[in-house]
Amino acid sequence: MSGVTVHDVSLRFDETIVLDRVNLAVGSGERVALLGPSGSGKSTLLKVIAGLLRPDAGRVEIGGRDVTQVPTHRRGVGFVFQDEQLFPHRSVADNIGFGLKMAGVAKSERRRRSDEWLVRVGLTGFGDRAVTDLSGGEAKRIALARTLIVQPAVVLLDEPLTGLDRDLHDQLRVEVADLLESTGTSSITVTHDHDDAAALGTRTVQLSDLMG
Amino acid sequence: MGLAAVPVAALAVFYLWPFTTLVVEAVDAAAVGDAFSRVGTWDTIWFTTWQAIASTVITIVAGLPATWAIARHDFVGRRTLAGLLAAMFVLPTVVMGAAVSALLPDSISRSVTAVLLAHVVFNLAVVVRTVGPVWARLPDDLAHAAQTLGASPFAAWRSVTLPLLGPAIAGAASIVFLFTFTSFGVVRIIGAPGTRTIEVEVWRRATQLGAIGEAAVLALFQLAALAVALIAMVRLQRRLTVALPIATHVRRRRASTARHRLLLGTVVGVTGLLVVAPLAALVIGSFSTPRGWTTEAWRTLGSAEIRPGISLGLDPLGAIERSLSTAAWATAFAVVIGGLAGLAVQATRRAGRLLDVGLALPLATSAVTIGFGMLITFDVDPVDWRASWWLVPVGHALIAVPFVVRTTTNVLRALPPELIAAAATLGASPIRAWREIVVAHLWRPLAVAAALAAAISLGEFGATSFLSRSGGETLPIAVEQLLGRAGALLQAKGNALAAVLAFLTIGVVLVVDRLDRTGARARRRATGDLLLGDAVEPRPELER
Repeated sequence: MSGVTVHDVSLRFDETIVLDRVNLAVGSGERVALLGPSGSGKSTLLKVIAGLLRPDAGRVEIGGRDVTQVPTHRRGVGFVFQDEQLFPHRSVADNIGFGLKMAGVAKSERRRRSDEWLVRVGLTGFGDRAVTDLSGGEAKRIALARTLIVQPAVVLLDEPLTGLDRDLHDQLRVEVADLLESTGTSSITVTHDHDDAAALGTRTVQLSDLMG
Repeated sequence: MGLAAVPVAALAVFYLWPFTTLVVEAVDAAAVGDAFSRVGTWDTIWFTTWQAIASTVITIVAGLPATWAIARHDFVGRRTLAGLLAAMFVLPTVVMGAAVSALLPDSISRSVTAVLLAHVVFNLAVVVRTVGPVWARLPDDLAHAAQTLGASPFAAWRSVTLPLLGPAIAGAASIVFLFTFTSFGVVRIIGAPGTRTIEVEVWRRATQLGAIGEAAVLALFQLAALAVALIAMVRLQRRLTVALPIATHVRRRRASTARHRLLLGTVVGVTGLLVVAPLAALVIGSFSTPRGWTTEAWRTLGSAEIRPGISLGLDPLGAIERSLSTAAWATAFAVVIGGLAGLAVQATRRAGRLLDVGLALPLATSAVTIGFGMLITFDVDPVDWRASWWLVPVGHALIAVPFVVRTTTNVLRALPPELIAAAATLGASPIRAWREIVVAHLWRPLAVAAALAAAISLGEFGATSFLSRSGGETLPIAVEQLLGRAGALLQAKGNALAAVLAFLTIGVVLVVDRLDRTGARARRRATGDLLLGDAVEPRPELER
């Protein structure tokens, strides 16, 4: 099966047990919303799946392949960070095209495809702007485009809607849900908000229910 | 303001006047023509430039892994390694030159390689302390984002981390370039054939060839070249600058994987070796002669006999004593002049700023230039002060004063005036309030500045090379004379004396560090921020 499978993953920081034998299976194209109070280890689980943290025990499979020992850049995961982590020294277009550049795509092709994605996230003509000049909502859209353009096997979103004002939050919720649905990619969205979970996931799980 | 009288007079007599004399000497068509037409001038300029560029590039390349280890990781010995690097930075230049010479095999101990190695070991701390704070605060998730987009750890470092460190690296490079372009002590001690920097050439023409005009022309030429280089570097730094996302707190981590541990261990090991080996070689060199191991150099340190009955005419033990008393006087002068100036700067407005800038001028002028200016100014009655005991300490004080001034003004500026008002409302007379509030806050930073002045004086070589007279050698001068002579025993004695100087300086720096740490709040403000934030502490010899 494809998608993501987490088998008995455990992780502790010093004395604190953050993840205790976590099991989770996300089907191909399935959108899971992962709920839990802040500090409960949701983001940590995302980082384990992405390979940014090594679990003390357990396995992670992506697309049926055991990737526990595979470095992040070869896992084919997309990650939308809570505070976007746009590269401040690169333009909007270069941020969106970064993953394509790493994949060896030629410059003109990168530009063409990032322009397409700018249209798709409603920011036509933003390509040459500095990312430091973007508003919160714009930065979030660019982060989504940057992640989705490389068509990752699974997209991990860490609190994608926090820190936005009410109107923008409601509007972006619809946009993110539409984008995830239209790309048909598997996704795991971490959130502490039940309404967000319902909007962004076809299935909602509590982190505490995943621990063994 | 009466307060300003002493510092203004000192600045005018011991800096502005000599500098003016120098300019007058240089404004002479014949001198300019001679300076640039003499055989070797352009070779000197070329060598100065390329060795500075090479030193800077190697220092940055060697310093970045060390910075990565120290800024990003938590490991046993981390503080020790950082402390060792800082200690290298404050070592006197003659000590560094002697240590690297002692370390390298005879075939290259007096070569350009030795000069470059000495420059690199010296300046690693500049990279660590300039780039480190930025690197430590770069959010991990930026590089993580690159990795989730398909960048290998190295590609993520190259395409994200490195560009974001760009401005800090450019800052470090400017400082290292400045230091190595004006290198004097290291180059003279190592004395490799064909290696003459402009600084060395100024000294040679002025004192060995008696070509005062030419030397003055070269000194001013160097000043102008440095100004141009610095402006270019500030421009570059500004162009590279981006608004950085900065993590609110620094989290250093342990190496998690075996590969990571191996890499970290290698970097720490190599860096540690790079700083420890030269000093160890220096100590070992003081016990070793071609005839085997011996303590003879230490036992007979009091004499400088070349052969029985023929002496070098210098007293190594006396040099220790002289260096200590010179340092004591230089410190006293610097603290009085700098402290008064600091108070005056704070108490007056426009005129104070002028004094502030004026007293920073000696920093912008090389120590060699300062010594040279004083030498050609104070040689005629009624100001023939060349034989006066206080001329050398005054020269040293001049170099240390900017640090004292900055320390004082920073403390005073940070002191809320309400505190004194509060003391007054509680019944303290103005003088009493000043003593209770200002003095209470000032003494510890001043003590730190005093210790730095002492360290500067102990290692000062550039200005002293001009001002020191036969029989009045300070430690660095004595080290240079011993190492400049053939003969295994004299070499061993030179190494022994350099080791003494090294440990004296490190001792002073440890005192600074202790004072600095107990005075936690005064810390960053007190010492380093004169050049670039808290990135740099002054080097004793001040070959900037």
